[in-house]
Amino acid sequence: MISFKDIQKGLLVSLWFVFLTFPLMVIKVNPIERVITWRWQNMGWVALGSFCYYLATKIYKARKLARQQQIKLGLIKERVDWGQRLLSERKIYLPVLIVVGLGFLIFPLVLSTYQTNIMVTALMYVVLGLGLNIVVGVAGLLDLGYVAFYAVGAYSYALLNMHYGLGFWTVLPIGGLLAASFGILLGFPVLRLRGDYLAIVTLGFGEIIRLILENWNSFSHGPSGISNIPRPGFLGLHLSLGHSITYMYYLMILMVLFTIFVVNRLQNSRIGRAWFALREDEIACQAMGIDKTRTKLTAFALGATWAGMVGVIFAAKTTFVNPASFTFLESAIILCIVVLGGMGSIIGVIVAALILILMPEYLRAFSDYRMLVFGAVLVIMMVFRPQGIIANVRRTYKIPDAIKPKLSRK
Amino acid sequence: MDYFVELFFSGLTRGSIYALIALGYTMVYGIIGLINFAHGEIYMIGAFTALITSTVLSIFGFPLPAIVILTLLASAIWASAYGFTVEKLAYQPLRNAPRLSPLISAIGMSMFLQNYVLLAQTSDFLPFPALIPDFDFMEPYAGFIGSSDMVILVTTTVVMLLLTWLIKFTRTGKAMRATAQDRKMAMLVGINVDNIISITFVIGSALAAIGGLLIASHIGQINFYIGFIAGIKAFTAAVLGGIGSIPGAVLGSFILGLTESFATGYVSSDYEDVFAFSLLVLILIFRPAGILGKASIEKV
Repeated sequence: MISFKDIQKGLLVSLWFVFLTFPLMVIKVNPIERVITWRWQNMGWVALGSFCYYLATKIYKARKLARQQQIKLGLIKERVDWGQRLLSERKIYLPVLIVVGLGFLIFPLVLSTYQTNIMVTALMYVVLGLGLNIVVGVAGLLDLGYVAFYAVGAYSYALLNMHYGLGFWTVLPIGGLLAASFGILLGFPVLRLRGDYLAIVTLGFGEIIRLILENWNSFSHGPSGISNIPRPGFLGLHLSLGHSITYMYYLMILMVLFTIFVVNRLQNSRIGRAWFALREDEIACQAMGIDKTRTKLTAFALGATWAGMVGVIFAAKTTFVNPASFTFLESAIILCIVVLGGMGSIIGVIVAALILILMPEYLRAFSDYRMLVFGAVLVIMMVFRPQGIIANVRRTYKIPDAIKPKLSRK
Repeated sequence: MDYFVELFFSGLTRGSIYALIALGYTMVYGIIGLINFAHGEIYMIGAFTALITSTVLSIFGFPLPAIVILTLLASAIWASAYGFTVEKLAYQPLRNAPRLSPLISAIGMSMFLQNYVLLAQTSDFLPFPALIPDFDFMEPYAGFIGSSDMVILVTTTVVMLLLTWLIKFTRTGKAMRATAQDRKMAMLVGINVDNIISITFVIGSALAAIGGLLIASHIGQINFYIGFIAGIKAFTAAVLGGIGSIPGAVLGSFILGLTESFATGYVSSDYEDVFAFSLLVLILIFRPAGILGKASIEKV
């Protein structure tokens, strides 16, 4: 499969990468003490890594090409994607669903509070991922400042509680609504324009919100943040720390189920189909009489609502908020969840959120390289598997064979 | 009045740095219609390469003029190499993909490069040696314009003139303009579009590296994160002037630089970055095509 020529080219590629990474990987300077550290071993790693990457992509491409040719010739049938098989065959997905569901149900009873706490965080990202999935995955609007709406939710709970003593359950919908109105406020001018502008404006908006929270001391208490935010109460009972985390956990499970229900219903509704259509072709969509701005705005505002609600939960869970929790990095992680999971795919997003959040928690060695890997994941997924790990099943209508000849005769 | 003049010149200096970065955005956008999010990172890599080269050379005892020239060359060469590689790895395979794919890929590349520098070098701020000496003939004006401001302004002007010459009067420039106008048509008349796109990335990256070197030596410190904010601001400048238009990018950069300089000087420096973003949102509301840009109508 690999010819001598490929190896030759691979060597050239690795030579190029050695040159490319030479100043940054090999040399490290200390300008104050005027010392140079030479790290020659890195050169070897770069050469080896780029050589292997080149060969791997070469093999992948060759196999894909061969498969496509075989399908064309009718030698083999098109393989059904394993993610789609998991979703479409009742015999497979039902037992999996039951086992996973039971596992999640008894999770806090079996494992420690620490583990439950991590799981609560992961579930929060599941909901955030599903929320952003409406915006990026379904409607195709690249939102890079999603964390801003998350911050709006968190701060609305913190501030409303501090000034007016409002409780968790009151603020949960208020936080969602506030975030949605911010979404409309920001989306209204921008969504009329080409999609690319949205990316950069939302990125800027995320930074503005963070900077305002950091600098407007009288409003948000600046970088030191707001502490002593109460956890949600359970029918007026006083809960111990362990119990309240368990309570949080079941709350999050309910939240996830609620989100899945809403997102699923939305996707198959009239507006959901309008979103998919807008993602695919804006001009055709407008020609069919869909109000582009309003449809986009709905997606944007709905996505923001979920972020706002999770923000409220976040504030209640950590009992402390400060601007440092709402950096661009968070937006990037959530985006990565959506892209890795598969845009528009609910089950994919859930799996990706669990992988991406739990992996750095349990593999501490990996956590330093987390952002590097996330960046690489975004690029590699786009280049090699744009549909994500578990692709979304599109509703399609297949023309039955019986009437096919009639149609094609025309 | 003196304060006003000082702010004016510092605004011009800022503006010229933004212009050097914004040109890369606008050129790439003009040709393939992609916001190259990784461009800010290329600028940061240019600054890092300059820091490493100049420190190594000064330890080896080279004289200052040699250090300046070699550092400039090294940072331009390596930044171009990064720009070229990024395009080949992350954008070229997605030439015919849906619009969202290259954007996400660009974000990923930006994150990757940022953390690559963080891991390969350091997360601390590194002091950058002053490569530009204080000239004697600038002494009388020292109250409102420093030597390095002067050098930045002059260098930027020279670079702009060179770029204008390249695009207006050379064969490559003609091919670039043709590709920007209509890629398919350019292919049909025998232009190697892939090469032209690579050349665009290389030129844009070299300009960003020059900007990185100049600003690092002006401010005196760098870290891995400088590319992010500078990138967004330069993009704002490019949109302000009308993205895709080269004179527009320069004009937009100077307007942004002056606005920021006066706003931080007279209002508050805490919200320095907020001004730029607010300006961006305002332009998009009232004049989305930018000052010199033409409103494009999407055709089927």
